[in-house]
Amino acid sequence: MTITLRAVVSGVAATALALSTAVSAETLRWANVGDSLTFDPHAQNHGQTHTISHQVYDSLIYSDHTGAQTAGLATDWYILDDDPEVWEFQLREGVTFHEGQSLTADDVVFSFERALQPNSDMRPLINTIVEIWAEDDYTVRMRTDGPNPLLANNLTNLFIMSREWAEANNVTEVQDYSGGEENYAVRNANGTGPYRLVSREADVRTEMELFEDFWGMDQYPLEVSRIVFTPIQSGSTRAAAILSGEIDFLQDPPVQDVNRLQAANDIVVRNAPQNRSIFFGMDQGRSELRTSNIQGENPFADRRVRQAMDLAIDRNAIQRIVMRGQSAPAGMIAPSFVNGYEEELDRVTGTNTARARELMAEAGYEDGFSVTMTCTNDRYIEDEGICQAVTGMLGQIGVQVNLNARPNSIHFAELQNGELDFYLLGWGVPTLDSHYVFDFLLETKTDNSGAWNFTGWSNEEFDALSRQLPTETDLERRNELIAQAWRIAQEEVVYLPIHHQVLNWAMRSDVVMDVHPEDQPMIKYLTFE
Amino acid sequence: MLAMLIRRLIQSIVVMLVVAFIAFSLFQFVGDPINNMVGQEASAQERAELRERLGLNDPIPIQFMRFVGNAAQGNFGISYRMARPVSAVIAERLPATLELAMISAFFALSMGIGLGVYTALKRSGVLSNFIMTVSLIGVSLPTFLIGILLIYIFAVELRWLPSFGRGQVVRISDWWTTGLLTPSGRASLILPAITLGLFQLTLIMRLVRAEMLEVLRTDYIKFARARGLAQRSIHFHHALKNTLLPVITITGLQLGTIIAFAIITETVFQWPGVGLLFINAIRFVDVPMMSAYLVLIALVFVVINLIVDVLYFVVDPRLRATKH
Repeated sequence: MTITLRAVVSGVAATALALSTAVSAETLRWANVGDSLTFDPHAQNHGQTHTISHQVYDSLIYSDHTGAQTAGLATDWYILDDDPEVWEFQLREGVTFHEGQSLTADDVVFSFERALQPNSDMRPLINTIVEIWAEDDYTVRMRTDGPNPLLANNLTNLFIMSREWAEANNVTEVQDYSGGEENYAVRNANGTGPYRLVSREADVRTEMELFEDFWGMDQYPLEVSRIVFTPIQSGSTRAAAILSGEIDFLQDPPVQDVNRLQAANDIVVRNAPQNRSIFFGMDQGRSELRTSNIQGENPFADRRVRQAMDLAIDRNAIQRIVMRGQSAPAGMIAPSFVNGYEEELDRVTGTNTARARELMAEAGYEDGFSVTMTCTNDRYIEDEGICQAVTGMLGQIGVQVNLNARPNSIHFAELQNGELDFYLLGWGVPTLDSHYVFDFLLETKTDNSGAWNFTGWSNEEFDALSRQLPTETDLERRNELIAQAWRIAQEEVVYLPIHHQVLNWAMRSDVVMDVHPEDQPMIKYLTFE
Repeated sequence: MLAMLIRRLIQSIVVMLVVAFIAFSLFQFVGDPINNMVGQEASAQERAELRERLGLNDPIPIQFMRFVGNAAQGNFGISYRMARPVSAVIAERLPATLELAMISAFFALSMGIGLGVYTALKRSGVLSNFIMTVSLIGVSLPTFLIGILLIYIFAVELRWLPSFGRGQVVRISDWWTTGLLTPSGRASLILPAITLGLFQLTLIMRLVRAEMLEVLRTDYIKFARARGLAQRSIHFHHALKNTLLPVITITGLQLGTIIAFAIITETVFQWPGVGLLFINAIRFVDVPMMSAYLVLIALVFVVINLIVDVLYFVVDPRLRATKH
């Protein structure tokens, strides 16, 4: 009896082993420093959370690796000819959720209404929508509070849930941080995406498997049948994990290990410019800086000082030495795939210390001045190193910088309270349109605009140009306005751009996947060689 | 006995209250949790509303009373980062840390005593000198470096052992998962356990060696030799037994240290225990989680100290005698 049982058990074990090897050929073991925060699709507007959700949930439109808007659950989208305030979306037919519900326009209406709730972190992206309704089962219309030609740009991370599922599991309300228990949608998901959530242990392991009834079965390669996602915090451990073959795809290899990984036989590192630009901001609006030895006047308020600082920073040296080549030196705060980008504006100012000193002297600061620079040390790639380098460069023209680098949790709190004289910041443009940069970073700070403009810079002409953009439907005219606005901001040297971050993805050499500029791998596109 | 116990308990409670106050003051002084909870684009008004709903605008004494009252019931609130009850998340992660701590304590103790005895007996042997020299690494190299070195050798170069994670775990009951029952789970334990236990190993080894050298010089060992007892019997029955008392004390206290300082090892090996949870909490300024962890670790130390005090009292008759 014992023997037979043992034989059966070992037989089962052998089969299981055989099965697991057959499957493991298509399992993708994927690692990244951070985990998704929640599966509730509207609770967090957070990069890695969206990235993981993209495997499980679909949005109406998503941006692919070229940055182009691509049909997701919507097959067609346009502004109505007779009413510029109404967008219409044609939905894909025959789409089913993982738990069997069919997708209809009602689910889309429900999801948008959910995303507009007060607890939703996605609300700011779509708060121009005043009304949303289903025309028929596969047509959805949205009315905005004025013509909004760029609405579609804001929908690429707006995921669609099933109304029936949400009601059955009591998750019609967006997850509320203060509200006692977590909701069911935080660790469970029912999307229409290519992969089904199998198990979820936050910070430890998230497993997804191919959803056999996915609408795009014949549109995408879908060569991966199972995804195992593991967050790994320590950079050297991440590098070791891919070097030792324990993971197949490393989304964020540490900069200092990129060359080493490239040299390894069985690993390839692919890169692409990332949708994030790194720059310094200077408080030019105050009458006197908080941390400077100059009293009674604000050196940053003088454009010549800002120009001098711009000339003193050797961006190519930062790229070469601090970033080990892994960045694209920048002249403007928008990477190349953003509408309104101009190569001429992005060209790096040549370093000219002599001219910079002259400008300082002209501005009356031949003896220089001191100021505190505040940086993060855990937010951007090599952020502290960049600040150290810039500190040295500015020292050459007499700007004595006291560097204060600390965790981003403290940095952003003080930044948002408007307490910093000279600070580091990184900015991405998820809408891929310059207006996003203008709206947040450059318009005069009021309750409704310039939310992240902590420079105190305010320019009426610029504001007037920027404020025409949301409702300007003539795209040619609109691009003209954008170009004019950029020129004003660039001439005024409001910010000191340093570079655009470059994304590196390391993967097993037989894995083929294009780097997505917003760092959103979509495993449905992944193929094996 | 009872009076002493009560006195110790009161002391423990005072210690816990002080730690609770420190843990609580995190809420006041560390970063601004609101920033991490809402997106970059949230307006000032939305921030203010959230602040009000979380009770962050109440007077500080009231917030502290609320905190202690809740903490006493094991309720540390909702993790800002994971949006789940802190106590539930910690309970989920504790098995991983305890398992790692136990294994590495066992490793440190068995290897430490064995090597300690060996180096004491063969004081001038080549191997002894080698062990003593190598053991300097254990005390002088920081834990993360040892971890990275081990990963480099055994995971990247030799590919014998996994570099991160806990491998396949088996759920034994609702509140306990173990990696000891699967090959990958056991393999995953080896490197972190060595990393975490190396310092304690060295400590115990050196302690045993010193004690052993001391004891071997005492009169009763000479008498035992004179009686013609076998060397083995002298070394292990008479000598080792008498060296173990301080070792046991140290080990008890070190266990607390192992649990508390598993943070670094857990980060290097991505070990899904409470230490890693704590690091994540810090990065995210997840204050409820940070404060719960502080209180938990304080509790571990207080309880171990309490047990050690009681054990002394039971073991050492002199402590009892002084009261009469």
